[in-house]
Amino acid sequence: MHEDLHQLAKMLHELDDQMVACMKCGLCQSVCPVFAETMREGDVARGKIALLENLSHEMIKDAEGVQEKLNMCLLCGSCAANCPSGVKVLDIFLKARVIVNTYMGLPPAKKAIFQGLLTKPALFNTILDVASKFQGIFTKPASEVIGSSCSRINAPIIGDRHFMPLAKKPLRKLESARNTRPGKGGYRVAFFPGCVVDKVYPKVGQAVLKALTHHEIGVYMPAGQACCGIPALASGDKESFDKLVQHNLELFEKENFDYLLTPCATCTATMHEIWPLMSGNQTQSMQERIASLSAKVMDITQFMVDVLKVALPVSGSGIKVTYHDPCHLKKSMKVFEQPRALLKSNPRVQFVEMAEADRCCGCGGSFNLQHYNVSKEIGQHKRDNIVASGAQVVATACPACMMQMSDMLSQNKDQVAVKHVMELYAETL
Amino acid sequence: MISTSLLTEFKNLLGKENVMDSESDRHAYSYDAAVLDAVIPELVLRPTNSEQLGKTVALCNENKLPMTVRGAGTNLSGGTIPTKEHGVVILTNGLNKILEINEQDLYAVVQPGVVTAKFAAEVARRGLFYPPDPGSQAVSTLGGNVSENAGGLRGLKYGVTKDYVMGVNFWNAEGEYVKSGGKTVKCVTGLNISQLMVGSEGTLGVFDEIIFKLVPPPVASKAMLAEFDDINKASETVAAIIANKIVPCTLELLDNATINYVEDFTKAGLPCDAAAILLIEVDGGHIALVEDDAEKVVEICKKNGARRVQMAKDAAEKNKLWEARRNALPALARARPTTVLEDATVPRSQIPAMIKAINDIAAKYKLQIGTFGHAGDGNLHPTILTDKRDKEEFHRVEQAVDEIFDVALSLGGTLSGEHGIGTAKSKWLEKETTKATIIYSRRLKKAVDPNYLLNPGKIIGG
Ligand SMILES: Cc1cc2nc3c(=O)[nH]c(=O)nc-3n(C[C@H](O)[C@H](O)[C@H](O)COP(=O)(O)OP(=O)(O)OC[C@H]3O[C@@H](n4cnc5c(N)ncnc54)[C@H](O)[C@@H]3O)c2cc1C
Ligand code: SF4
Ligand code: SF4
Repeated sequence: MHEDLHQLAKMLHELDDQMVACMKCGLCQSVCPVFAETMREGDVARGKIALLENLSHEMIKDAEGVQEKLNMCLLCGSCAANCPSGVKVLDIFLKARVIVNTYMGLPPAKKAIFQGLLTKPALFNTILDVASKFQGIFTKPASEVIGSSCSRINAPIIGDRHFMPLAKKPLRKLESARNTRPGKGGYRVAFFPGCVVDKVYPKVGQAVLKALTHHEIGVYMPAGQACCGIPALASGDKESFDKLVQHNLELFEKENFDYLLTPCATCTATMHEIWPLMSGNQTQSMQERIASLSAKVMDITQFMVDVLKVALPVSGSGIKVTYHDPCHLKKSMKVFEQPRALLKSNPRVQFVEMAEADRCCGCGGSFNLQHYNVSKEIGQHKRDNIVASGAQVVATACPACMMQMSDMLSQNKDQVAVKHVMELYAETL
Repeated sequence: MISTSLLTEFKNLLGKENVMDSESDRHAYSYDAAVLDAVIPELVLRPTNSEQLGKTVALCNENKLPMTVRGAGTNLSGGTIPTKEHGVVILTNGLNKILEINEQDLYAVVQPGVVTAKFAAEVARRGLFYPPDPGSQAVSTLGGNVSENAGGLRGLKYGVTKDYVMGVNFWNAEGEYVKSGGKTVKCVTGLNISQLMVGSEGTLGVFDEIIFKLVPPPVASKAMLAEFDDINKASETVAAIIANKIVPCTLELLDNATINYVEDFTKAGLPCDAAAILLIEVDGGHIALVEDDAEKVVEICKKNGARRVQMAKDAAEKNKLWEARRNALPALARARPTTVLEDATVPRSQIPAMIKAINDIAAKYKLQIGTFGHAGDGNLHPTILTDKRDKEEFHRVEQAVDEIFDVALSLGGTLSGEHGIGTAKSKWLEKETTKATIIYSRRLKKAVDPNYLLNPGKIIGG
């Protein structure tokens, strides 16, 4: 076991340069939604980084304990966005999850081989090598992941949660794959609805298509889109992640377009930020291909406002709508004005700002499944702020946030509807 | 080792979830914001009410376990790094209630784990003002603030934490309740123990309730930014403002190195060739008076050689002027892996001498140092940018810190204006004071904590 830990520590050395930037100031305590509930230092970025450092320096033996803390995280990026030292907290956590979770997931016999491969210099080379050698033994076969990999959706409905039911028909059955030329709109875009829109909120996808059609934008929406990969990566499964990236890459490289649009904040941030970040193990040409597709990824509301410059007559009467900032849109992509602009210029909407609009809703993908109670407490704060705003509708730009807020509002029997900003926009067309 | 029966006793007292003894939990309470080696505690306890806090202290005392109270763990001097042998950490974040805000009598009673900014916001909501605003206020606790006598940007005009402490009720080393001070403006009942608690860094008692003075808020403010070619002129300007009987609520200085780091980081168009900039804010109870003061400040700046002065017309402009100051620490912290944030403090007239000495020290030890700070009260933050993994460089950092303190003392200043002594600076204490001061303090400590269990080793060593 001791030798094992030594090897794990060596893997983690790769993160030392990023971790040393943390000056332990503790300011992340003020923004971490998990810490706000548990008040435990091991749950906040500073604590997690300290634990990883100690694991990396072989001062800690209980790797499982560290793994547990590492998974006690929404990957919301609030800490990184607020960090005075600019620590790349999400990079560190994602890479550490891959290292620690892959390692912990290995049966003892496999660990020995895993260690043998450590002679290779690049961290993710190693993991990829190991992963491909043991493909099918300790990672999920890709087919299981592609197409239906969002663990959040496959999960059984348990406890007292109010899950959004799966849509009767997914988007891909309601709207046929398409490949249209631009009209007056001039642009041609690729559309990536994402798993949650496809399976739970097809109406969001339909709203987007309606808007794009209205503006005469050419749309490439191929059949056979795969998950963006974040659920796999967040549970440390780099191999499946890489497969998903490659699958999507090949699919979208078939056509030319100006932007790759998604209505899902998490998909946008993953494809725009995390795909290139995690491509270090790939060949030079693959890295370049990923980078060039990533650069085209854009949030749908940002496209409407910054590119199409849609401007509706400002009114201010109509239903009261408030807006929730998805962490991955505001903190990762710095997009927060555009969705508001779309709402404020909507003649059917009277926009009201809620308190702490950018406070995390507590969903965090599989976090919600592993730590439902904490997730629910975080969600309850969001629900309280929504209700206090007096809004009849809470709009947002991420289907995962929509699910979490629906769950919370419905448990509290609140009469507040949850909608995507694009649904409200499409209603005006 | 802590016995299983004692562990059970703590669990019965505090609830299982508030007794942390797993390796990973203990490692998460082994450090604070100081650049010092971590020490892993043996146990971490989290009382959630006053009685539990008292019993926790009593149990630790009976079992001779040294206890380190921890608020947010943001102090910069090692005050919350636990003791090496059998160290126990007592968390106060479960004691985070504002017990009373009295709008008639202008005081508030709080538990020690209340977060400073949350308290200040709640006080503001009631139309009152709690001025101490340390840079860490978004997370720091009021117990930690009292323990470190925290200052902030408003120190010059509004004073520091000690100026707002009316009373402290605490558990002594044996876990008995001690009350000091009170809710009245005047109170001479007994020794002035509350003020002894201020700055005591957990070595004399464990705070349970703190009574703070509140004041009416200013209604208007004006912010200005002045650029100087010569740091002496900036310093003369500061002196002239105060000589003119204007006491700004903020009087912040950024030296040339810091300006350049901020500009590299923000690209906001700061004057990189300026020797210093001063951020000045005046406030008060009447807009006309404040505007008057602001005009005068602008005039004084110009008369004393400022090459450019900007005055903010509205809130947005004010926000913009603050940008440089707000980004000082983020810019410096990003420049190199390790950030050593010092707070040597000198009489304000000695600021130019101090900054010159810091720059000489930086050159001598080949180090990067940016200095910013509270020019109004002489509290500077020479910030050394380094990489603690580079042993050779870090050794030079330690030598530079020694020298910075020597200069500060020779200029009539002090080791620490607001960051406390902890273990980081205790070895210099005698230099600033006398041997007798240390002995006197240790005797005092021994008298109230005979087993030496309250955060031993902090401030006065031993
Ligand atoms: C980015 C940054 C900026 C900062 N800016 C400032 C600044 O502008 N001004 C300033 O003065 N400081 C500043 N500090 C230092 C620090 O934040 C302050 O010293 C603050 O008061 C510490 O509060 P805390 O809750 O983190 O206390 P901790 O660090 O947890 O504890 C500090 C000391 O208080 C003791 N203590 C805590 N609670 C109790 C209690 N209930 N009873 C007895 N003892 C107790 C602890 O044992 C310890 O010795 C800054 C720190 C950082 C990281
Ligand atoms: S805010 Fe950033 S530098 Fe400070 S403790 Fe958190 S992660 Fe570290
Ligand atoms: S990513 Fe979010 S949940 Fe995770 S440590 Fe940072 S702030 Fe906390």
